[in-house]
Amino acid sequence: MNIINLQKKIKKAQKKWDLLKTSKVPVIYLGAASCGQAAGAMDVLESVQKTLKENRLEAKIVQVGCIGPCYLEPLMDITLPGRPRISYSNVGPKRAKNIIESYLIKGDPRIKLAVGHFGDENCDFTNGIPRFFDLPMLKPQVRVVLRNCGFIDPEEIDHYLANEGYMGIMNAFRKGPEKVIAEVKEAGLRGRGGAGFPTYKKWEICRNSPGKTKYMICNADEGDPGAFMNRSLIEGDPHAVLEGLLIAAYAIGANQGYIYIRAEYPLAIIRLKKAITQMREYGFLGKNIQDSGFDFDIAIKEGAGAFVCGEETALIASVEGERGMPRSRPPFPAVAGLHGMPTIINNVETLGTLPNILRNGASWYKQYGVQGNYGTKTFSLVGKVRRPGLIEVPLGMTLRKIIFDIGGGSRKPFKAVQTGGPSGGCLSEEFLDTPIDYESLGAAGSIMGSGGLIVMDEDTCVVDIARYFLDFTQKESCGKCSPCRVGTRHMVEILESIAKGQGQANDLAKLQVLGETVKRGSLCGLGQTAPNPVLTTLRYFRPEYLLHVTEKHCPAAVCRELIEYRVVPEKCTGCQRCVSVCPTGAIIGPRAEPHNLDPSKCIKCRACYEICRFDAIAGDAIVIRSKRRIPDEQTK
Amino acid sequence: MNTYELVQEDVLCDNDYVNIFSAFKGEEGDLIPILQRIQERFGYISEEAIKHISPFLKISENQIFGVASFYSQFRFSEPGRNSIKVCLGTACHVRGGQILCEAIERELDVSPGQTTEDKRFDLQRVACLGCCALAPVMQINEDIYSRMTVIRLKQILNEYN
Repeated sequence: MNIINLQKKIKKAQKKWDLLKTSKVPVIYLGAASCGQAAGAMDVLESVQKTLKENRLEAKIVQVGCIGPCYLEPLMDITLPGRPRISYSNVGPKRAKNIIESYLIKGDPRIKLAVGHFGDENCDFTNGIPRFFDLPMLKPQVRVVLRNCGFIDPEEIDHYLANEGYMGIMNAFRKGPEKVIAEVKEAGLRGRGGAGFPTYKKWEICRNSPGKTKYMICNADEGDPGAFMNRSLIEGDPHAVLEGLLIAAYAIGANQGYIYIRAEYPLAIIRLKKAITQMREYGFLGKNIQDSGFDFDIAIKEGAGAFVCGEETALIASVEGERGMPRSRPPFPAVAGLHGMPTIINNVETLGTLPNILRNGASWYKQYGVQGNYGTKTFSLVGKVRRPGLIEVPLGMTLRKIIFDIGGGSRKPFKAVQTGGPSGGCLSEEFLDTPIDYESLGAAGSIMGSGGLIVMDEDTCVVDIARYFLDFTQKESCGKCSPCRVGTRHMVEILESIAKGQGQANDLAKLQVLGETVKRGSLCGLGQTAPNPVLTTLRYFRPEYLLHVTEKHCPAAVCRELIEYRVVPEKCTGCQRCVSVCPTGAIIGPRAEPHNLDPSKCIKCRACYEICRFDAIAGDAIVIRSKRRIPDEQTK
Repeated sequence: MNTYELVQEDVLCDNDYVNIFSAFKGEEGDLIPILQRIQERFGYISEEAIKHISPFLKISENQIFGVASFYSQFRFSEPGRNSIKVCLGTACHVRGGQILCEAIERELDVSPGQTTEDKRFDLQRVACLGCCALAPVMQINEDIYSRMTVIRLKQILNEYN
């Protein structure tokens, strides 16, 4: 009965999807995930609606998730009947109006403003516009987990169904739980939350643990600063994550599921809530799901802002309404977790991968990646890189390819890349040919982590970055284990004194010893990895630390106590822009004459540096110099 | 089912609490969601709120405060009319989030976690708003400002009263 119902629903969904694909009226797609909205997508939407109304044009507007290249945001795509979808980047309200008026009314697609089209390779219409997926950022990428992001309306279960959605769970029901676990084992899927533990193994332990009630939890507490893969996936394709949760719950025999998600992701929470309601309507939640005899329900738990709650046992404590503090393991949550019952916690991306494996089979999945590290991984590629954004690549790709081919490299010379967020390590140029896989990154002293990739150029100071990460983990330490609570604090203090130019000769050795002690003496992943940024920078960038300690010199000109701002008289045109923004009146000088910057009044707020516009003509007229160089120049 | 009993005379406020509590069963796991709803309604967790929760969930006020103070989301002082959140995630840090935060502190004469004297703004530092590719980012109420500079700051702040 239910199955027939489902067939009908799929047919209806297919029809709805086809209607959109072969629409008789233009279709306008807007990237409206949180990042798109931050870039101004809502203003664009308003302008699009207004323009359509003013010109009495008929068109469908579809708000889609993030397609990846954040540097092009806000993105607006237009499909005219019988023509391929064309993507326009960096669209503001005015540009949106312009494009719509010329394309929809005059038929001029404004080729110069277009970044790419989604048609076939030999599509004749698109004179000169490259294919979107041939753009340098997208060409090396694959789309498995993110396959629907940017294409379907995330608030429409029908769009998901029409794109083979919920086929994975239907296959799983046909196979039975044991074979589902075997399939995931065969696919070689490892936890995408960071540690890379084989997913099937965790499941097997849980399935075989005695206990009437079992729980399945989705870990969406994406706390790594600098990472947004999970948010983008949930906002762009929430049903994929929910289907994955259903598959995992079925495999381990859990009847209650939770999604633990950061309260800082309001849009993702709204989309999940809508998707859960739709799942229930379509018979994918509740009793006897699609006649399989399997019961399952999902509740959302909003996290309250604690990085440590990404750790499994701390997350469980938080769901139970307590302080999110980890406890010692074993017993592992798979044996005794939430309310003492066997519990599996899987990361959003792990769950998002599952429907693909169950739908297409393990051997299909294994075409991606390398031996031992099969499949794909999403990363948020950010920092000093030309083309930042959300990317998905097969495991085993080199860092060089990701940073330079996909990301386009940094404007100034590349210095380092931080993988794995605050728990990861800072890798130098010599590691650029390291393939991205769990073991290679581990051998280099870093970790895969959940997928943050932060690129740094020569303007980034490694002492500052190590201090920043450690300051973060120190504040987020729950305080249970003294090495983590006290040790990280002490390390931050040492780093601060180095950054202030008060470092002592033995400080580096102290940092090393402290770091290793914190790693050994902490219960959970937070403490065990917190010293990584310091230890890796000490290992790969020791000369820079030494310059700070012995010569009180910050080569990147970041450490505030060690730098000074100066006006370069030959370049200064005397435009007075800097005078007008200086909050302390440190810059003086009459119009059209080189200005003077009084270092004793300067608070190093950087406002003048940012507003100085003469970089286009003759390089910056206001420079940041490391203090050490100033006496050198004076003696010359 | 727990029935919630009135603890104080303040009827108007009590009704709010009754409304909030009515969606929960009164289990220990409800504590964090209840705190979140209360903060949504009142803007912060007051001593009085904790006094109200305690009999409903049958846990001590100390324990409630212990849990609430563990999580960075909860605040214990009255917020301003507008809330500024400055992102200090990694990408924002690398691109100058700290400088932006200090500029706001200077401009409004306020420290992170505090509210200005005229209650116009409160300032908070947050770990990551998840818009890392658009760094540095700040949020005022529900509006997100991306690729921020110190220069744009004054103009933006003037839009809020």
